[in-house]
Amino acid sequence: MPAELTPAELYRQMLRIRRFEETVLEAFPRGWFYGTTHTGIGQEANAVGVLGLRKPGEVVVSNHRCHGHFLAYGGSMTALAAELMGRATGVCGGRGGSQHLIDKDFYASGVLGGTLPLAVGMALAERRRQHLVIAFLGDGTLGEGAVYESLNLAALWRLPVYFIVENNRYAQTTPIHLHLAGEIPARFEAFGIPVEERDTTDVLEIRDLAESGLDRLRRGSGPQALVLHTYRFSPHSRGDDLRDPREIERFRQRDPLRTHGARLRPEDRRPIEAEVEQEVHQAFEAARAAPVADAASITPALGQGT
Amino acid sequence: MTTVLASLNQALRRSLTASLDVMVLGEDVLDPYGGAFKVTQGLSSTYPERVLATPVSEAGIVGLGVGMALRGLRPVVEIMFGDFLMLAGDALVNHAAKFRWVSNDRVRVPLVVRTPMGGRRGYGPTHSQSLEKHLMGAAGLRTVAASALLDPGPMLEAAILSDDDPTLFVEHKLLYAQQIGAGLDGGEYQVQSAGERYPSLTVRLAGAPAPRLTFASYGYMAGLALEAIHRLAYEYELFAEMVAFTQLVPLCLEPLAQSVRQTRALLTLEEGSGVLGWGSEAISALVEELGPVFDARRVSARPVPIPASLPLEQAVLPQVEDLVRAALAMSNSDRSGSMRRSNG
Repeated sequence: MPAELTPAELYRQMLRIRRFEETVLEAFPRGWFYGTTHTGIGQEANAVGVLGLRKPGEVVVSNHRCHGHFLAYGGSMTALAAELMGRATGVCGGRGGSQHLIDKDFYASGVLGGTLPLAVGMALAERRRQHLVIAFLGDGTLGEGAVYESLNLAALWRLPVYFIVENNRYAQTTPIHLHLAGEIPARFEAFGIPVEERDTTDVLEIRDLAESGLDRLRRGSGPQALVLHTYRFSPHSRGDDLRDPREIERFRQRDPLRTHGARLRPEDRRPIEAEVEQEVHQAFEAARAAPVADAASITPALGQGT
Repeated sequence: MTTVLASLNQALRRSLTASLDVMVLGEDVLDPYGGAFKVTQGLSSTYPERVLATPVSEAGIVGLGVGMALRGLRPVVEIMFGDFLMLAGDALVNHAAKFRWVSNDRVRVPLVVRTPMGGRRGYGPTHSQSLEKHLMGAAGLRTVAASALLDPGPMLEAAILSDDDPTLFVEHKLLYAQQIGAGLDGGEYQVQSAGERYPSLTVRLAGAPAPRLTFASYGYMAGLALEAIHRLAYEYELFAEMVAFTQLVPLCLEPLAQSVRQTRALLTLEEGSGVLGWGSEAISALVEELGPVFDARRVSARPVPIPASLPLEQAVLPQVEDLVRAALAMSNSDRSGSMRRSNG
């Protein structure tokens, strides 16, 4: 809620995501998890800056890199940890795993591009309730044709979708200069979708941009887009990082937690850090103690009907 | 008498009337055109807010339908030619079919994707195919095929208004002009129905000797099978019965098992190509159910693209003559029980 988005609260929300994902990467070699995961360490300001302004009932569509979006949306950290661990108490009872999180108003799926037509369809449904849809996509997804079909439909029917592009400059391991032609904002402009672009990891700046974008959407503007040039410090998934460490170090100079944390007094920051540490610890402990998903819980993929 | 086209059109109209959540979307669906095959004729004039013409954008509009369904609407998306479904494969296989189950049954996807399939119109290799088999393996997606033997209107209506799972609703192009139940209403056939929402029919000549062969089919081929049954009986004294399916996936085997237990011979008929097709699946499933105690063959399209020229198209797609020939060959070779023998 906007009223609660104090600088301290923004710091807390970003730190929750950071510590959750750091714990995931640390604990993977210990065998806590099965499968894979995609973290967005370094991109926390996008999720928190935008989704901190979400009103109840407004829908979030996310992608494979969804932990931060899910936590900023208000999803349960314990249920998220449990989902990553394949527990019965996970967000989807262990059926979805790291990149398929489905909650009340939250939908993440792991096929890039395919989620965007869904977001536009959701906006068509939500328009009746005066709600909107916030859809996240990355630079890598801009290679998918379904993206442009979605932009066309959203603009054609003036549907309430907020497209948030998180350009972390890599599609998995391929740098943007090897996978993308042209400019990102031009893609939206071609469809007449108003777009703002900023190279920033400052959560306050992102929040201000999102506040005006969401305000326009809520007043019936039709689709809007926000392009955020960002960076992830973590690998695409777990061990697949071939980037120059000096490049990563350069971007760490604008770590969103460092940038925003510097605004808080150390004595205000420390209790938040301690509380978040405790919350993350408890979430993973609760998840580890939860029962693993039981094969007996497998139901048919379709309801009955012959 | 009503045509399949009129019945489907009226089912869409009834659905739009019954619920404000129903929306119909597709390319060129608006009046006065009313869709490439006229199934949506008249709907946009009555419900302009809920019948939407879309861009040429199959991946977009099927995905759109998934999103609409996830948020409480009951969308019906028309794909102008079934061949174009391949463009929407991601939306169907990775999204529509997944959300309910992956969410641990917390969400539903009440989406209907309707599309004409099939050839025999000279439209050539990319507008004539029967591609439903490529989607039948996607767990979480129901596949239903209209036929003219049984009114498809109420089935479409049920799929739209009552079925909370995504449904691929296949309509063979040549069915649209056919009269519903035309071959079955003269008392010549004995008909038994099984299942409720998407029933299957078991059809045999009334008063004929016990059938020695079972046809399994769906869609337009079911009508051809009826002709073949007639010819086999009157010209060759070979008596066959047919189980015509409406729901192709999940396949409810019981009516087929019942028939094949008696005949011990099964001929599956489909207009699509045979490799990994519906017939293969039906035979496999039935062997698992009954054991290798029956003879089985498949009739399907030849495994080449469907040509545009009339004589070439006729040679590639299965005709009544092919059904008759296959039935006779099967009867003459008397291989019944061959699987059992080879197994023992």
